Amino acid sequence: MKRFIGFVRKEFYHIYRDKRSLFILFGMPIAQILLFGFAIANEINKVEIAFLDQAKDATTIEIINKMASSKYFSINRYLAAESEVEGVFKEGKVKAVINFEKDFGEKLVKRGKATIQLVADATDPNTANSITNYILSIVQQYNQSINLHQVGGPQVLTQTHMAFNPELKSVFMFVPGVMTIILMLVSAMMTSISIAKEKELGTMEILLVSPLKPFQVILGKVVPYILLSIINAIIIVLLSIFIFKMPVQGSLILLGTESVLFILTSLSLGILISTIAKTQQTAMMISLMGLMLPVILLSGFIFPIGSMPLPLQIISNIIPAKWFILIIKGIMLKGVGMAFIWKETLILIGMTLFFIGISTYKYKIRLE
Amino acid sequence: MSISLHQISKTYKGISAVQDISFEVKPGELFGIIGPDGAGKTTLFRILTTLLLADTGTAVVAGMDVVEDYIEIRKSVGYMPGRFSLYQDLTVEENLQFFATIFGTTLERNYELIKEIYEQIEPFKTRRAGKLSGGMKQKLALCCALIHKPKVLFLDEPTTGVDPVSRKEFWDMLKRLQAKGITILVSTPYMDEAALCDRVALMQNGHIMEIDSPKKIVEKYPKAVYEIGAGERHKLIQVLREFPYLYSVYPFGEYVHYTDSRSDLDIPELEEYLKANGLTGIYIGLTEPTIEDVFMEMAKE
Amino acid sequence: MKDNKVIAVKNLTKKFGDFLAVDAISFEVKAGEIFGFLGANGAGKTTAMKMLIGISKPSSGEATVAGFDVYAQTELIKKNIGYMSQKFALYDDLTVRENITFFGGIYGLSRATIKEKVKVLVAELKLENIIDQLVGALPLGWKQKLSFSVSLLHDPKIVFLDEPTGGVDPITRRQFWEMIYHAADKGTTLFVTTHYMDEAEYCDKVSIMVNGKIEAMGPPKLLKERYGASNLNEVFLKLARGSKPNE
Repeated sequence: MKRFIGFVRKEFYHIYRDKRSLFILFGMPIAQILLFGFAIANEINKVEIAFLDQAKDATTIEIINKMASSKYFSINRYLAAESEVEGVFKEGKVKAVINFEKDFGEKLVKRGKATIQLVADATDPNTANSITNYILSIVQQYNQSINLHQVGGPQVLTQTHMAFNPELKSVFMFVPGVMTIILMLVSAMMTSISIAKEKELGTMEILLVSPLKPFQVILGKVVPYILLSIINAIIIVLLSIFIFKMPVQGSLILLGTESVLFILTSLSLGILISTIAKTQQTAMMISLMGLMLPVILLSGFIFPIGSMPLPLQIISNIIPAKWFILIIKGIMLKGVGMAFIWKETLILIGMTLFFIGISTYKYKIRLE
Repeated sequence: MSISLHQISKTYKGISAVQDISFEVKPGELFGIIGPDGAGKTTLFRILTTLLLADTGTAVVAGMDVVEDYIEIRKSVGYMPGRFSLYQDLTVEENLQFFATIFGTTLERNYELIKEIYEQIEPFKTRRAGKLSGGMKQKLALCCALIHKPKVLFLDEPTTGVDPVSRKEFWDMLKRLQAKGITILVSTPYMDEAALCDRVALMQNGHIMEIDSPKKIVEKYPKAVYEIGAGERHKLIQVLREFPYLYSVYPFGEYVHYTDSRSDLDIPELEEYLKANGLTGIYIGLTEPTIEDVFMEMAKE
Repeated sequence: MKDNKVIAVKNLTKKFGDFLAVDAISFEVKAGEIFGFLGANGAGKTTAMKMLIGISKPSSGEATVAGFDVYAQTELIKKNIGYMSQKFALYDDLTVRENITFFGGIYGLSRATIKEKVKVLVAELKLENIIDQLVGALPLGWKQKLSFSVSLLHDPKIVFLDEPTGGVDPITRRQFWEMIYHAADKGTTLFVTTHYMDEAEYCDKVSIMVNGKIEAMGPPKLLKERYGASNLNEVFLKLARGSKPNE
């Protein structure tokens, strides 16, 4: 028993003298609880919607006001014509369009019913469902309010249409996200470990005392992984298309090019990690802990970013995965072209250059 | 001058690794840095191979400054660092090819230089480097360091932990390399290897205690050294420690090295003393001091 | 019965697949002896030692250490021996005192005994200034000496030392060997492997392993006479040269 206690005591010494252990034991759990707590939200919050009011009468204005004043929604804009609907979804910010038919108020009074068409962006089926439920309940409330003492009075009917994902398949939401995460993790983790390995084994020393220039070493490390990641990406897309029946509405070439861009972004992030990490273990830990969880939580792949508190929303902007998920969903599910995703693409390019820049700056041409 | 250092100092995490080191190595010399772990040998090597920046002082290798011209130096020196640092999962052949390529040469071009070393490992050329024995790994590492025909070769403790046979073979190879005109700077904790160098620097705790040819260093040793043998070595040492005229006594293999505080030793007197203390089979003879004797004497100060 | 053989080995063998790492070695070590176990890297020394300290099971042959069988009584062996290697000595991030306390505890020493031992060690090795320093901050020579002392804490019958003086400065090496002699005088048996041939001379008996076999064994003096050599280094060279490269 004494031996056992002696051993346990020693283990305590090791732990509190190793700052890294302490960080993992306490720092990480706290950070993660906070992250999870705030990020996970199944309710929607201030989702952006657009109205297409083809009637513009007192009734529609009343209903619109009711919807707009709900805390769940925020008005992005008022559309002028039906032709604008597709475009506004492709832009990506608006999650639902509410379309009031012509002569809405008149129809309601004279014929006893008028129809609202609700088009929801179902690339995120959960959000689409929530939106639909809230809208339906608002309409129901309105119906009740105009029918206080009557039965069989005028009714507003709602026609729902789930855009891009009529069957509300959640796989449509997951596959792009998973593809992003895998590409990012594999690329970033693999490069960071590979470079850290050279440092750990001491072979880096010999490479340094050789004519090889720093960028040659880095590039040499990265090239094999580019090729392998591309193969990975192809496999994932093929699996998604053939097994999960995901559509690829947009251009495959664009999808491919953007994927390569994202692979480069991830690889350059991996290199940046390797300039910090001294051992393979550290590299792996930073990649997994530092990348995986925030990426899963804050990239918008499972939990909508819009529902998170503002600080988290801001942080999510620095996560490359977030931008790539937008790109990939856009191309695969909405069939968008470069015109709609140039902003996200530019951001990824910028991040890549930034990571490479810092890595080059930090790459030590000497041992200390 | 092939290598020259002037007042090089380096402090590492608060500990002074090397202090005020100055010396020169002539072209084609086989120069040894002799000292135990912690002496500062590896730090010195890393400064000379441009892997570390010294805090103070200057150093020149093959006519190039280690700070300003580090890129050129890295192209023209061969370096074998302390641990075995080749790629364990590549074969012998692949390792050699890799190093040849990054130095912009081929195995064939400088084959003459590494031929006799390579021939010993050639039978294993398809074996992964990680599966070679210690002695073989060294030979491979040496080949990789020589593949681009460097002007200067830096070998940091190449024989540490390796058995005496491989050590001897290794030094034979170094001598033959030296004959081909390469300047070689070697570090080792084994004092007996010092005798094989043209000149050595004795290093301890970041300081250089003495630089000269092994022969001259030994000649400078101020005291006469006696070999003493007796039936029980441990008892012999304890008894000698009690001897009033003792200056130093250290076990040295089979015998004990003894120096007297007087300028002359009266051998019969000592013999009597030992016998009186119960020792038998006594042998006392004058002997040549070794580098190790000198090292220990200097380290005491 | 046992007489005073603390290590008795007969035809001890270890095979890894087809590879014969240790090939039917036999030897004996008496109590209080300093036994030098020499051989090139890859000759099988480490494998043999692992079998003797109870962490590797032999393929065939017999061996007893401190009277216990290496097949069936490894736990008893471990309780009765001390072990020190160059690679791992003490915990760098614990203080000297904590290390002593920890290892004392592992071997079942009572608190009172540990306290006593600490006092004794402090006096012997002059540890007053460093007893509460982290071991990692100490120079190599100190670490090795301390490590050896720790391996003796539980008064084992035999101590196995695996290249204990690698890289250490010459003065400390000799101080270390004084400690070995001291322990031997008190009756502890010491089983040492080393690459320093001059240290081999300090042993009462040495064995030289080549390619898994013991090619020579005996007191240093005897071996030198037999091989016409002036020191053990020459004996070693003569023996090893005659071998096929088992690389």
